[in-house]
Amino acid sequence: MQLGDELAPLAVTPDRYLTVRYAGASGDFNPIHIDEEFARQVGLPGRILHGLYTMAQVARAQTDAGGGPQSLKRLSVQFRGMGLPEQELVVTGTVSAVQDGVAIVECGCEQGGKRIIRNAEAELRRPDA
Amino acid sequence: MVDGGRLLELSRVAVNTGVIGKTYPPAEYTVGREKIREYAHAVGETNPLHLDVGAARAAGYDDVVAPPMFAVVYSFPALWPALFDPEVGIDFARMVHGGQEFTWGPLVVAGDEITTTLSIADVSERAGNGFYVFATESVNQRGETVCSGRWSNIVRGA
Repeated sequence: MQLGDELAPLAVTPDRYLTVRYAGASGDFNPIHIDEEFARQVGLPGRILHGLYTMAQVARAQTDAGGGPQSLKRLSVQFRGMGLPEQELVVTGTVSAVQDGVAIVECGCEQGGKRIIRNAEAELRRPDA
Repeated sequence: MVDGGRLLELSRVAVNTGVIGKTYPPAEYTVGREKIREYAHAVGETNPLHLDVGAARAAGYDDVVAPPMFAVVYSFPALWPALFDPEVGIDFARMVHGGQEFTWGPLVVAGDEITTTLSIADVSERAGNGFYVFATESVNQRGETVCSGRWSNIVRGA
């Protein structure tokens, strides 16, 4: 993992009921994620993805690149816009610094041409370090 | 009421900066094997360390390993009291998650007992919106910090 290297992009399309499964798995049952009618009532286009689900996809791109869960030391993200079910998410990242066996990866997540996670930064223990 | 609390009535979101530094009782969470597997399936993890006890043990872990973002699961019990604390005064229906940071220590495995404490790191108002930053620290049964979190929530003004 060298300066300027790009992570293998991670693409995933959350299915129609993903938000329900993620709500159960995570414990976050905010109705904007699981109730279509409620989501519309509060001005959303429909049920939206949990931001922390989308962040988990950004994390997965890091641990895939780093060789496992032990590689990820820090991840910070900003949520922008809304992720929707049944549309592809694409996570990308570029190594912006390498020091003492740790790589800094600037990363983000896009859906339908919109960056729904931006200014994300990961600190990754390099697999070769 | 926290001493020195100041209620700012600005635009539509009133923020109480007096709660900065407030802490809540620790919340405990025992990590279950099937909970890790359920979470791993939900987020699309395919690494056998998260799914297969045999693979995890062969790699030197006591049980299946929690994906780093499983921190959400063991931290949530510490979050609710602050989110619904009338003194903090978050209007849950208008809240959006603005940002998140996690810093991880040793990996969490099934059977671990995690204790999470939360403190209110910052409360502010900008452009009519309320900003609430919570800091969490999660410690395992050996006293090791397995995760520190910074949770940034925004309550939109009207």
